[in-house]
Amino acid sequence: MSEIAATHTLTTETTRSTSSIGQAFVMTARGLRLTSRKLDAMITAIVLPIILMLMFVYLFGGAIQTGTDYVTYVVPGVLLLCAGFGASTTAVSVSEDLHGGIIDRFRSLDIGGLPVLTGQVAASVARNIVSTVLVFGVAFLIGFRPDADALGWLEASGILLLFILAMSWFSAAIGLLAKSAEAANGFTFFVMFLPYASSAFVPINTMPSWLQGFAHHQPVTPITEAIRGLLLGTPVGDNAWIALLWCGGIILASLVLCAALYRRRTA
Amino acid sequence: MNQSWAIEASGLVKTYGEHKAVAGVDLRVATGSIFALLGPNGAGKTTTVRLLATLLRPDGGTASIDGFDIVREQREVRRRISLTGQYVALDELQTGEENLRMIGRLGGLSGVQAKRRATELLERFDLVGAAKRNVATYSGGMRRRLDLASGLVGQPSIIFLDEPTTGLDPRSRQTMWRIITDLVGSGVTVFLTTQYLEEADRLADRIAVIDRGHVVADGTAAELKRQVAGQRLDLTLSDALTFDEIVRRLGSRIVLSDTERLMIGIETDGSATQIRRLLDEIDPTGEAVRRFDVHTATLDDVFLALTGRATGSQHVQETANV
Repeated sequence: MSEIAATHTLTTETTRSTSSIGQAFVMTARGLRLTSRKLDAMITAIVLPIILMLMFVYLFGGAIQTGTDYVTYVVPGVLLLCAGFGASTTAVSVSEDLHGGIIDRFRSLDIGGLPVLTGQVAASVARNIVSTVLVFGVAFLIGFRPDADALGWLEASGILLLFILAMSWFSAAIGLLAKSAEAANGFTFFVMFLPYASSAFVPINTMPSWLQGFAHHQPVTPITEAIRGLLLGTPVGDNAWIALLWCGGIILASLVLCAALYRRRTA
Repeated sequence: MNQSWAIEASGLVKTYGEHKAVAGVDLRVATGSIFALLGPNGAGKTTTVRLLATLLRPDGGTASIDGFDIVREQREVRRRISLTGQYVALDELQTGEENLRMIGRLGGLSGVQAKRRATELLERFDLVGAAKRNVATYSGGMRRRLDLASGLVGQPSIIFLDEPTTGLDPRSRQTMWRIITDLVGSGVTVFLTTQYLEEADRLADRIAVIDRGHVVADGTAAELKRQVAGQRLDLTLSDALTFDEIVRRLGSRIVLSDTERLMIGIETDGSATQIRRLLDEIDPTGEAVRRFDVHTATLDDVFLALTGRATGSQHVQETANV
């Protein structure tokens, strides 16, 4: 076939030395495309937090005493719940990639773990920015009135973004660890329940004392408190720093875990 | 001039626990040829291909692709090969064109080059009409073609095809065969695995038969078939009495006998002259033979001749525990 001969001369023009960064961009575009076509996942990631917020505000809100309007109290928690749940679906996508045939294609193209995972994480971040904005929109509609200046908004958004990034990388590691996509899916439920045992929905001092220790020291509490303080213009204290440390720590640990697991999984 | 080998393997071993999936495979494949690795399920075909394609690391032995070692020079090897596996390695939720362009970009083509390459391949594999549809909507044959096309984006010189037609309908199989034959035109080497002797026969210059992780025979299709007497004349006899009499008379010339169905099989070259002569000899009165059938050698026959047992994965299971 003359066509084959023609395309073979093409080989000489190609350098075939794509950088990892170039590959990561291509993989990010892939991740975004796949995400935008998984309509059911997208709808779950958006509808579920909104339903939860309406439920908390209108069903439980009347019974929960927080000292402020409950909608104002609960929005940071719902945002974290939404972001955490949305990011945790990264575990499922990573697991699907790993157990489908596509990983062999990527490996024979000499693409390392970092670009493959970066694509999924970037897609997760983009997906969650969209759903976070939507949750904010609904919150405004039902009476959420924050009292933050531009800097407060910027800092709150920054922490939220870091949290999304941290949960996405952590989920990617879980996706590598899981034996199947179904197992990875179980992880999303664990992440979804984490905010319940924090100050996200109810003040910690209303919890039994054995749970208070955990609730105070798990990452969701300082992150919630930091975002709440920044949005409402109330004192944040050390919470912002602790939140940053948690997020940074989770990202670092997850990256190390991802590198080791990817190598082992594809050996 | 020295023969140039696209693929050379010597003593390749891959073990899973106690089970030797590949137990010392030796192979040599000439550049520009089609080579078929023939064997039943579980014989070690896929493992061998994955070893050669650097997706698995061997536990013993060596192999090289275009002279590059599959372990030490993995990167060089990967630049020269493509592997199309049994399971389609594409994104269901991307279109055919998007998949091809993505693979082009990942392989180092610019956006424009990748688009041009995708268009070329879609035309060549008759997928232009489906280019803008998600792969999820493709038929089995279309998926295989797209999968093969995506393996060609990087212009490999050695193409591995793991059971390229398993599960395809006869028409898609014919199309795949034509595509594979066309590939070799320009010096590309094709290494394929198959369960079908017919497929190896149609496509391959040389065939190696693999069983329980060992290559048990290799040669051209004609050489292999000579070992199993290419064809067999199967005769269904009229009654049990005749059956017993003929079995006694022909003795060791009978290669197959089935008392229940009153059937015997003897070797033949398939020519009309010989079959007429055999029928006259066995059944001079024209009353003993009810039906006859000329049976062409299948993988099962090759196997039976080479290993003394039929194909079937239960045998492989047994060896796994030895």
